[in-house]
Amino acid sequence: MCNMKRFLPIFLFLITASLWSQVVKMASIERGTFVPLYGATSKKPVQVDAFSLDIYPVTNTQFLEFLKKYPENSRSRMKGIFADKSYLSQWESDFNYGAANLSTAPVTNISWFTAKKYCECQGKRLPSMDEWEYVAMADEKRIDARTKESFNNYILSWYEKPKTYANPVGYTFKNYWGVYDMHGLVWEWTADFNSVFLSGESRKDKDTDRNLFCGSGSVNATDLMNYAAFMRYAFRGSLKARFTTKNLGFRCAKDKK
Amino acid sequence: MTTEMKSNTHNSSLSEQANFSNIKTKKNNCKILFLGFILILLSLQSCINKSKPETIDKPISDLSIYNLPSKWTNEESENLEMKDLKGKVLVMVMIYTSCKSACPRLVADMRNIEQRLPNKIKDNLTLVLVSIDPAVDTPKRLKAFAVENKMDGPQWVFLRSTEENTREFAAVLAVNYKKIAPLEFSHSNIISVFNADGELAYQQEGLGVNSDQTIQKITEEAQKIN
Repeated sequence: MCNMKRFLPIFLFLITASLWSQVVKMASIERGTFVPLYGATSKKPVQVDAFSLDIYPVTNTQFLEFLKKYPENSRSRMKGIFADKSYLSQWESDFNYGAANLSTAPVTNISWFTAKKYCECQGKRLPSMDEWEYVAMADEKRIDARTKESFNNYILSWYEKPKTYANPVGYTFKNYWGVYDMHGLVWEWTADFNSVFLSGESRKDKDTDRNLFCGSGSVNATDLMNYAAFMRYAFRGSLKARFTTKNLGFRCAKDKK
Repeated sequence: MTTEMKSNTHNSSLSEQANFSNIKTKKNNCKILFLGFILILLSLQSCINKSKPETIDKPISDLSIYNLPSKWTNEESENLEMKDLKGKVLVMVMIYTSCKSACPRLVADMRNIEQRLPNKIKDNLTLVLVSIDPAVDTPKRLKAFAVENKMDGPQWVFLRSTEENTREFAAVLAVNYKKIAPLEFSHSNIISVFNADGELAYQQEGLGVNSDQTIQKITEEAQKIN
């Protein structure tokens, strides 16, 4: 009993500490439905179950910690099937992101495989494309700001800004869910990025062409919100899982129990 | 081998002579038969030992699909990993059995490729159909599909795994797919050829396209094994 009493505060501290770190890192996303701009064949709303999402994209510091724990993912030991040659190429060496990169900048030049691995090692997963888009349609005040012109202008103006990936995380606005940087910092991997049909091969793939383009044809093509989303889906459609680019990072998600 | 056979026949004729009353000779007969089997097994073993070291000693290359840790189940409900398919040229495609539009043609393309391959290389390759709908495509269903499509020979393998592993494997093959309704997916039509080391050697994209190059590549890779 005496022993218990001695250890209890330590236990409590550990529990609160871990809870606290969870709370700080992840935002709680409520269940809801929305109609994705692309990727859906019908105009039927897609349901997104409640889940948690990292507030910020994964940073250089966080990724370095991960590499120290799981060195098989370091640059020199990375297998070609899981990441191409530019994997972490902006870093100085295997375990040093270098003076040129901010510790709090989002880690980029990461392949889908390594992003997935990172999340799994944290007991998390990559968000699905629907989950990501669902959170990304919120501005500061609204769950769905996609029809707001200023919101779309903000997103589109980012697409034209160079080198935003060098900025620290939290640099952009905090949205309705308490999540930062969905737009304005880096592009992000999603678990099912390879469910988009926009690549060259889709020309041969008539079915999928129709699935994608018929839907978009019926919407006003000049619509800004459509255009912004089109850019994201087109980008995802152009990716392969081992690709790494300097403006592509990621964040993790988690199921709600 | 021949001497064993002789001794066996010799013994059996002995036991015939001794009739069923002599149990001792029968026992000896069994012993010799048993020894014979052991000898055969040992000789087989030595064959395997001779051929194996090359494949075992060679490390899995960086670009090989044998690096994938995912677990799969085939149409016979047997569990396996990609590296269990090691040593043969793999021709892979992703399909789902309830598919009505593209897959029958994709499956037909696979069968055409198999039929057009020279017989002498057929032992050096495995044709693999991976399900993108693991929820529906149980091993039983895959088996039925194999039989129905006359793809139940030893050169054909049907695989399924979890949704996550399937998504990952599709990522490796650069196959995109999306569930658009129950029992309906859209997916890229890609047939991938892997060499004996599990490295991607060639991809054929599209439906009903000319398979000449695919066949040439498979033949090339399969001949390297001999």
